[in-house]
Amino acid sequence: MVAAVACEKVEKQYTKGKEIVEVLAGIDLSIEHGEFLALMGPSGSGKTTLLNLIGGLDQPSAGSIFVSGKNLTEMKAKALAKWRSENVGFVFQFYNLLPVLTAQRNVELPLLLTNLSRKQRQKNAATALEIVGLQDRAKHKPSELSGGQQQRVAIARAIVADPSLLVCDEPTGDLDRETADQILGLLQTLNKDHGKTIIMVTHDPRAADRAEHILYMDKGKLVSGSGVAV
Amino acid sequence: MLNQIRAITLMNLFNLPSRAGSSSVIVVGIAGVVAVLVGLLSMGAGFSAALESTAKADRAIIMRDGTTSELNGAMSAGDRATVRAMEGVELGSGELYVVAAIVKKGTDISSNVVVRGVEAESFDIRPEVKVVVGRRFETGRAEILVGVKAAAQFAGLEVGASLPVRDQIWQVVGHFEANGTAYESEIWADLANVQSAYRRGGTSSTMRVKMRSPEAIAALNLRLKDDPRFDLIARSEVEHYASQAKQRADLINNFGMVVGVIMAIGAVFAALNTMYCAVGARTVEIATLRALGFGGLPVVVSVMIEAIVLAFIGGVLGGLLVWLAFDGYTASTLNNASFSQVAFDFAVTPELLKLGLTWALTLGLIGGLFPAIRAVRIPITTALRGE
Repeated sequence: MVAAVACEKVEKQYTKGKEIVEVLAGIDLSIEHGEFLALMGPSGSGKTTLLNLIGGLDQPSAGSIFVSGKNLTEMKAKALAKWRSENVGFVFQFYNLLPVLTAQRNVELPLLLTNLSRKQRQKNAATALEIVGLQDRAKHKPSELSGGQQQRVAIARAIVADPSLLVCDEPTGDLDRETADQILGLLQTLNKDHGKTIIMVTHDPRAADRAEHILYMDKGKLVSGSGVAV
Repeated sequence: MLNQIRAITLMNLFNLPSRAGSSSVIVVGIAGVVAVLVGLLSMGAGFSAALESTAKADRAIIMRDGTTSELNGAMSAGDRATVRAMEGVELGSGELYVVAAIVKKGTDISSNVVVRGVEAESFDIRPEVKVVVGRRFETGRAEILVGVKAAAQFAGLEVGASLPVRDQIWQVVGHFEANGTAYESEIWADLANVQSAYRRGGTSSTMRVKMRSPEAIAALNLRLKDDPRFDLIARSEVEHYASQAKQRADLINNFGMVVGVIMAIGAVFAALNTMYCAVGARTVEIATLRALGFGGLPVVVSVMIEAIVLAFIGGVLGGLLVWLAFDGYTASTLNNASFSQVAFDFAVTPELLKLGLTWALTLGLIGGLFPAIRAVRIPITTALRGE
């Protein structure tokens, strides 16, 4: 079976003035469908960069990334944007909700990229809000919600188009312990009950413990862990 | 695509109240440009309208060939009698066109006012001239009829007042209107009296004729040119006043354009700055949308729509301000052709308002374009960090 995510000799370099900064140095990685993987490591180790590459937000300097057999490195920006809208859900540390839109409208956003009718979009968004337990907050704007509730709305937005892959960048980094546990529980439910493949970058060992596998990175390389580094 | 544009545009527009201060920079800047541009051009339009509306298609001025202004002409009584009898001429009046220096109201400064010596037929040739206060002057008496705009602008022209001109004292016996035309800036008097006061004998400057049809003007002109007794031409009023208006109106319009362009450059920078700030403040939001799969084009279009909406508001505001403040406002300026003051009403015409709005939208377009392009050129991963 094709892996959910496969990275082959992935490198990423940035040019900073005349200096070339190597962020990822030959990453090989395979993640199976339905896995819940935590990526850990010190700041600057390349975790978020790798997550962004897997999520199709950026392109590697060298190597290839396959998601469900699709080679992302061969895709142009427009095709990649379309692919993201259909296959990936993003959960950010600071939720990244649009402040002028209600929770319902925030969740509906990815569906604007589909051919669904307005009624169907509203229905799907309501279902996603129900999954995260916020159906009664649909009409609230982000500023009227707590941090945990905002992150739940962000998760609802990430799953509303039913992507197979969720990439979560420090999803509990801005939350207190108790709220973080609730969010992590929600991610586990999405993984176990809804079959979502989840890749989560975190600094928090307790958060990482909720994942099935943990990979550690340092200086742009996978150094150890319980994941399948190939 | 339309859904995307609509969603991002609404998001941007709903965001406006939270950026009212910075957004108002565009609105106020562009309102200023439009107000100044339309204000100045309305002056040119008003001046042109005052002169050009004076013209009627079936009326012509007979003047010495080579002269462009009534002020310079000279025509004998004999010539006038011959022309009056020519084919196609329905009515004719000899007119002496001179100027008198009169003090402007509220100042100590004298400016030239046109004094037009006319014959009785002049009133039949120009039915638009209507006495609104007092009465017409009587032939042979030192009486004058004053245009309402001249009366409003110059001192001592009230009905009943006495006006010393040369070695005569003229009595103001009435005020007249002439549909807002340049005649309203003039003083009219009996031709013989003006000839006497200005030592012109029986000579007039020009002759004004009403033709049986507009087409007859060209035939009369040909006849005058072909007749070796005359050194005269017949020029339609339309042509005459258009050429008189052009020089000053061009000057005003060119000045208006130069000032408008200078202000527009400033407004573009203000718009650019505001839109860069607006886009900068929403860097993460825009990046999030792009991460979700929204395309670059909807982002560009939505940012530009926002800039254009703000520019449109500025344009409407500027147009409204100048319309409320200046439309119909009476001013006067020197008519280069006659070296006399012509009073006119600022004319904030629909065409000028359209021009102002076109400028506003163009400025908005330029002001929004570059920030919009920048918004989609920042790598998503960089923008998500708010950089």
